This record gives sequence, C-alpha cells and structure tokens, in this order.
Amino acid sequence: MLEEDVNMAKFKTSKTKEEPRINTASLPDIIFILLFFFMVSVSMRQNNLMVRIKLPQATQVQKLEKKSLVSYIYIGQPIDRALYGTNARIQLNDSYATVKDIPEFVAKARQARNEAVRSLITFSLKVDQNTRMGIVTDVKQELRKANALKINYSCRKELNPKQ
Amino acid sequence: MARRGAPEINAGSMADIAFLLLIFFLVTTTMNVDTGITRILPPLPKNKNEKVDVKERNVLKVLINSHDLMLVNGKPATVKELPDRIIDFMSIHPNNPAYPQVREKFIPALGRKVLMTKGLISLKNDRGTSYKMYIKVQDAIAKAFNEMKDQAAMKYYGLKYDQLLDPEKKKVINELVPIRVSEAEPENVGGGR
Repeated sequence: MLEEDVNMAKFKTSKTKEEPRINTASLPDIIFILLFFFMVSVSMRQNNLMVRIKLPQATQVQKLEKKSLVSYIYIGQPIDRALYGTNARIQLNDSYATVKDIPEFVAKARQARNEAVRSLITFSLKVDQNTRMGIVTDVKQELRKANALKINYSCRKELNPKQ
Repeated sequence: MARRGAPEINAGSMADIAFLLLIFFLVTTTMNVDTGITRILPPLPKNKNEKVDVKERNVLKVLINSHDLMLVNGKPATVKELPDRIIDFMSIHPNNPAYPQVREKFIPALGRKVLMTKGLISLKNDRGTSYKMYIKVQDAIAKAFNEMKDQAAMKYYGLKYDQLLDPEKKKVINELVPIRVSEAEPENVGGGR
C-alpha cells in the first residue's frame, strides 16, 4: 500500500487517474442571465382588473404594436357583483369610472407621453363580449369629443374559424 | 493549532435556486400579445346640422338590432355572407345602376388614373346590441376589406397584401382600397334601452 503511494508520486499511472469534474460554478450565472432576460422581456400586468373581461373572438386581428403608446379602457361586469351590481362598468387605470371621466383620462394619457408621439396614442377598448353596445358607444363618443380617434377593439384571435 | 483554510461554500445548489426562480417567472407571467381590430373614429362633425348627402345607391346599410339580428339594405342577412356581399357591393361596375357610382382617381405611384367606387358601408347598431355581435360584424367587414386589398395587391404587384415588403406599395394599396365604413351617429334603433 505504502509502496504504491510512493510510486504514484513519482510516476503518473493511468489506472489511478481521477475523472475530471466539469466546473459548474458558472451555471448559476447562466441561469441568472436567462432569468433576467425573462424578467425584462415580460411585461407585468399593469392594471389590476376590477371588471370581468372575456374578449370576443375575431379572425382579422392585428398585433398591437408599441405598447408604450397604448392606453387601456376596460368595460365589463364588476368582479365583485355583490358590492357593485351586475351593470357593466368602465375601469380606467385602477378604479371604476364613468363616461364623464374619459376626457380627463385622455388628457392624462397625452400628458404622460412625449409631445412628438401624442397623436399616435391608441386607446385599446377591452370590452367583455356580453356587454351591450350602449356603454361602448358612449365611450366612443367621448373619445371622439376628446379627439382621441385611434382605437383598437381588443379581440382574441379565433384559432379555428368555422368555415 | 493548525491553520485551516476558509471552508468553501458549496455552490452546486445555486443553479437549482436560480432554476426555481426562472420557472416561477415562466409560470406566473404571460407573454400576452395584444391583438385586436384597429379603427380610426371619424372626427365629430363641426356643424351639428350639417348632413352629408350620400346617394342611396352608394350606401350599403348594415343594421344590427338589440336581438343581434342583422339587416343588410333592409333584408335579413347573416354575418357569414356579409364579406361576400361587401366585396360584391364595392366591385366596380361603371354602367350598372344597381352598383355604386364610380370615380376616377389619379394614383401617382401607378402613374395613371384608376376607377374607384363611391360605395360606403354604413354600420348602425342599437344600444342593446351585444359587443360580441358588433365585433363579429366588424370582423366580417375587416375580412372583406382585407380580401379586397389582397385582390388589388395581386393585380398590381402579383403578391398578397401581407407579402408586400415595401411600405410604399402598401400605401398605394391602402389608397386604392380605403376602408369606407361609416358608423352612424348613435341613436336608438330597434328597441334597445
């Protein structure tokens, strides 16, 4: 036993050679980079929804580009129906609103943006599919009065159009 | 006392921790792409009494009542047949009084005059119409216009509209096929509250 040890120190014998280990010290770094990538690329939902929204389906949808230039208007039944009833309500930012609040909302959305891009702001209407058009028409009229003409009816893409 | 080197921290599990975080983020966040139908609202008329005179034959009237039933030019119709109706209505028939009037328009990019229809889709809905139905109709109208754009792109460039890479060409097609949809000033039609 002892003799062999002495031998090993002098000559490298292939049969006692240990298998080299892969250095995993940098693995956490790689994973962290992935993690940061996802954290940056994924946008957190900005608004806490207070209305129930199931978007209608459509086939001819386009992607909404430049998310920084989009302001959302939510219309649907309140989630807490016991407290707020079942009539469709408008949600702007984080609270319920009425049609009268829309001009102010539009003005604030414009103020928050650079002057050069103000005319490009899109107002995305996220409306529940069972809402009646009355309230939607009112909102659209208010938007027209506020001269916010570019709107987007938010829809889900219909995957299997029945044709 | 023998001097001991600082014990090495085992970093092997660090990757697992980071993986857990990564999976947590992957699961909780949704890469939702917003999709929808983009439309430009007409500006408010400056003069309320001002009425735009459009000839009857130039308008395809689409009415939706509070029971989500549709009338196209006074006759019941389904959403399914609407795109074909619109494409047919917007096609160019210079000498047929059953179709809208035509006009000539000079398109600089093509270097010549092109016949364009004066047709217009008038969409009118009730306050009681469901949003679902309204989107269905908007979708059908969008489908018709997209198909007309494809046709025009095929005719002039031999490609579909989506395949055109040059934004200038897209502009020309958009000029050739303007989305002529008018949404009437809201009023109560068909018994909604």
